[in-house]
Amino acid sequence: MAGIPHDHYEPKTGGQTWLYSRLPIVGLLYDTLTLPTPKNLNWMWIWGIVLTFCLALQIVTGIVLAMHYTPHVDRAFASVEHITRNVNGGYMLRYLHANGASLFFIAVYLHIFRGLFYGSYKAPREVTWIIGMLIYLAMMATAFMGYVLPWGQMSFWGATVITGLFGAIPGIGESLQTWLLGGPSVDNATLNRFFSLHYLLPFVIAGLVAVHIWAFHTTGNNNPTGVEVRRTSKEEAQKDTLPFWPYFVMKDLFALCVIVAIFFAIVGFMPNYLGHPDNYLEANPLSTPAHIVPEWYFLPFYAILRAFTADVWVVQIASFVSFGIIDAKFFGVLAMFGAIAVMAMVPWLDTSSVRSGRYRPMFKWWFALLCIDFVVLTWCGAMPAEEPYATISLIASAYWFAYFLVILPLLGVIEKPLSPPATIEDDFKAHYAALNPAE
Amino acid sequence: MTMMIRKTALTAISAFAILTGMAFAETKEQHIEDVAFAHEGPFGKFDQNQLQRGLQIYTEVCSACHGLKFVPIRSLADEGGPHLPEDQVRAYATAFPINDEDSNRQLYDVEKGEFRTVSPTDNFPAHNLAAAPDLSLMAKARAGFHGPYGSGINQLFKGTGGPEYIAALLNGYEDPPACAPEDTEGYYNVAFPNGGVPDECKDEAGHSTVPGTWIAMAPPLSDDQVTFADGHEATVHHMSEDVSSFLMWTAEPKMMARKEAGFTAVLFLSVLSVLLYLTNKRLWAGVKGRKKDV
Repeated sequence: MAGIPHDHYEPKTGGQTWLYSRLPIVGLLYDTLTLPTPKNLNWMWIWGIVLTFCLALQIVTGIVLAMHYTPHVDRAFASVEHITRNVNGGYMLRYLHANGASLFFIAVYLHIFRGLFYGSYKAPREVTWIIGMLIYLAMMATAFMGYVLPWGQMSFWGATVITGLFGAIPGIGESLQTWLLGGPSVDNATLNRFFSLHYLLPFVIAGLVAVHIWAFHTTGNNNPTGVEVRRTSKEEAQKDTLPFWPYFVMKDLFALCVIVAIFFAIVGFMPNYLGHPDNYLEANPLSTPAHIVPEWYFLPFYAILRAFTADVWVVQIASFVSFGIIDAKFFGVLAMFGAIAVMAMVPWLDTSSVRSGRYRPMFKWWFALLCIDFVVLTWCGAMPAEEPYATISLIASAYWFAYFLVILPLLGVIEKPLSPPATIEDDFKAHYAALNPAE
Repeated sequence: MTMMIRKTALTAISAFAILTGMAFAETKEQHIEDVAFAHEGPFGKFDQNQLQRGLQIYTEVCSACHGLKFVPIRSLADEGGPHLPEDQVRAYATAFPINDEDSNRQLYDVEKGEFRTVSPTDNFPAHNLAAAPDLSLMAKARAGFHGPYGSGINQLFKGTGGPEYIAALLNGYEDPPACAPEDTEGYYNVAFPNGGVPDECKDEAGHSTVPGTWIAMAPPLSDDQVTFADGHEATVHHMSEDVSSFLMWTAEPKMMARKEAGFTAVLFLSVLSVLLYLTNKRLWAGVKGRKKDV
């Protein structure tokens, strides 16, 4: 394994040797905890631990909630009320789980945008990036199906709208939608399979997370300079790094503790702020809510979905050249999934030789605009589908695609990057004066 | 003082929103008067007397049509709720007929020719009138102003606004506007957003020209309709607030326990954060030394 050179576990006693030759599990834990980590990591490198915490929180609270929940259209809504009213601590479990999803997505967006700014997706970390994108997709599927389970009005109508997206696929769409729902419309069969998959997918995510960690433990962490750790010798590597334990474990735990404190304030004092009031009405197939809005973390992509209406010229051209197979609805679906696909392809779209955005004077501004674009899309997704939001959505969607497909490839050619420091040690010394000058 | 800071901040934010969003057409929203309920804010508690008055109003007025099917009657004795003594809760529960032959035909056993034995209800009964929705969760199923410009800032400071909506609805009955024909069905209410509007009160584009809509529910409250044992004033204004507060409790019966748990968690985690901060600082001191002025 071409990792950063460091000390490995050596079994000392007879018992240790016995186990090590049969199952090197202690060695694995040792190597994981002593992993040489770039010592200049900043506070944007804490989201990994927050995400791990979120996954554990969701699985633990979810398992207990499942003990009291009934996946049946006649009972689901009442069983959620039963949890909040009659189950010991159920009001906390339920709100921790519901708001836990929001924390999970805040953390994953910050984690993704951290990667986008510091070029964490670039060689040799493409596999880590792709696995990360798969985790993100699995998270979205899990969150979407979880939101259906309380069987409120937004659960029901959200499920109807989102599964309807698959119905927009030409030819096979309708059959596919029926197959997904287990019937002609969202009903008991849908609720049951969503419950089953909502329980299954988190464990798939856990498996992907293990591979994600394995991948970046192989390449080593990226860092704010984007400069690689020196690997010529163990001594040189030690000048650039510190062991994960205790330095980064303590740093991460401190950050996690502050974030969890804020999280508990939201759960304790305003647990319904991020939810939609309509979901406190039991699902009613005969009454459609005035505005069907997904949870906030889907809003940016929901805005992209709705932005491409039949009067947009790109849609009209697509419809013309495909002989009408790609209509506005299908175009919207393609755009929504395409928005995530272009993000997944970014390792091959970014042509710059410099990894970190810190040393890319032009990139910085385009990246800042992308962050604003993301916020604008989130906001547009929550607004009704009418002017001026439709035009703003369209412009913001166009920028999202332009950033990945045009700006990033061109910047690598046009931009004249600054020169990053030669080593991580140099960067670290530029910020801190070590107490011991001999260091 | 905090109120003033809040107001200043809100004004600044709204001013910003107005300046930046001048061109946007605001979608029409019903005006919901903010009420300073005792249960609001991180430390807000339900006013026990108010909950008991609200229960009385619900029982004497609302329960004629509306159910509370998710609320267990026993929870009336819970701390953090109306907290009635147990004997009063028992007496309250006996008031619900469980073997009344006229309304329980489905319990009649034809073969034996007698009524099946039934146990007393655990929850408040459900009503199934089409136009009278269950009220258990109504205070969380409705919301106040979500603006400015869909930002959610108002709800962040003032709460989601469900109880305010209920109070506004109960106070929102007004004489119908002149455009409405005499025989318009329902009652004109300025706080109700989802009702019908007669064609005479719409412009050419089909948009309503009046602030309210018509609701099927007749004005349920009138002054001095209920006599409170504590001598509290029974105006429509007071009663609407009392019953809204009660419905917030039926929607969120564990609110006070939840806030306590939240407070304990935040306190504990804050102390732990300080300890972890100091540990981390000490740990890194040997590596970092003092920070350079960059």
